[in-house]
Amino acid sequence: MSMTEVHRQASVGPKQHRFEPYAFNGGNILAVAGGDFAVVASDTRLSQGFMIHTRDHPKAVQLTANTVLAQSGFEGDSLTLKKHVQMRIGMYEHNHGKTPSTSAIAAMISKMLYYKRFFPYYVYNIVAGLDNEGKGCVYSYDPVGSYEREQYRAAGAANELLQPLLDNQIGFKNMSEAGPPLSKERAIQLCIDCFISAAERDITTGDCVLIQVIDKDGVETKKFPLRRD
Amino acid sequence: MEAVKQGSATIGLKSKTHAVLVALKRAQSDLIAHQKKIEKISPHIGISISGLTSDARSLGNYMRSECMHHEFLFNTRLPVSRLVAAVGDKTQTPTQRYGRRPFGVGILVAGFDEKGPHIYQTCPSANYYNCKAMAIGSRSQSARTYLERHLNEFADCTPEELVRHGLTALRETLPSEQELSVKNCSVAVVGEGQDLVAYEDEQVSIFLDLLEEKRSSRNVPAPQQQEAGQVGELPGLVPPVSGQPREDEEQPMDM
Repeated sequence: MSMTEVHRQASVGPKQHRFEPYAFNGGNILAVAGGDFAVVASDTRLSQGFMIHTRDHPKAVQLTANTVLAQSGFEGDSLTLKKHVQMRIGMYEHNHGKTPSTSAIAAMISKMLYYKRFFPYYVYNIVAGLDNEGKGCVYSYDPVGSYEREQYRAAGAANELLQPLLDNQIGFKNMSEAGPPLSKERAIQLCIDCFISAAERDITTGDCVLIQVIDKDGVETKKFPLRRD
Repeated sequence: MEAVKQGSATIGLKSKTHAVLVALKRAQSDLIAHQKKIEKISPHIGISISGLTSDARSLGNYMRSECMHHEFLFNTRLPVSRLVAAVGDKTQTPTQRYGRRPFGVGILVAGFDEKGPHIYQTCPSANYYNCKAMAIGSRSQSARTYLERHLNEFADCTPEELVRHGLTALRETLPSEQELSVKNCSVAVVGEGQDLVAYEDEQVSIFLDLLEEKRSSRNVPAPQQQEAGQVGELPGLVPPVSGQPREDEEQPMDM
């Protein structure tokens, strides 16, 4: 469409103004599962439109000793969903006397999201951790609870930029020769490189990337700076 | 109230920095596992119960949901006094409504919040008391006497010393043929810089070992327990003295 056509589209006809229940707070999250580890990367910028709310707001939270939840989308829904999940995990621990496994948490989050099928949480979730056998696992969701276990997933504002990169570097898709299995150091470096690229092109990504590495010894957190513009 | 008196003994005590619960678990027979007495309510509050276990479960669940709800709304831990007040309010209702019965359980609440460590006791009457130390359950009078005697020592105790005091007091409540063991004891500790940890079964042995060292200097038991007439050094062979009631002939209602 040419510029004049776009303008005419926006002003034609009466427009009813309603309260907009959602906002888009930008940012990206990314998770990769390895043989005995999982890596979650999230940027720490919270923005709205062309404004930055804060440069230091991580999008991932540790739920249990070996599960991390990363969220991107509308921060209000993100926060509430996170609190609900933490409460349900507390109730699980009281009722069952043990911490829930990553797959149990993943299934529970799917149900919680579908409960709000007709007024969804505007959040793109990724749950990453170690499964019952100690292998890395990543579960990705859509806003209403459809979920799937995968080896890697990028979500958020720049997921269309990052997902193909991961397909190539980790999934070796459509390549004649697959590379070596993913090591922890390579996974971390790849996540940082992904975010550096995303910060180049996406305005809502930048400031700092928080890398959380989940292995049998727990969750280790590292921070790396990104472009601040 | 009777239900609480017939449940097995449990003791709570606190120092300046920690609060501790010890409990004697009872088993109805060899076939049945010892009844769990100490429950974790939240990272900063634990309870120990005496009386009707089912009523205790119901109250425990209520306490858990109150704590969680408060943390969800305010992102801070529920102060212990408010939780106990909420329990008092809830248990008062069935004491004044037609057709309902009181909760037949006494609870010792041990918690740690901004004001420090606390021990509270709740009753089926819906009264609750802030305690420096307390023992409830069957034969707990001797434990209370021990606690009263040593009250001034508790403030500066380390958590291990507090548990040792608790277990020593608990031992006073045992009939002479029983001993504290990893099977019938549980311990819980909460305090400054330490979220609630409950010790069951084998984990209790570290505390029982502390008790072993003091075995030789065990206090003479309070007069009530001597009524049956101890014969020499032989445990178990205690002939009933006619005309005097033997306390361990009571049939425990539950717990």
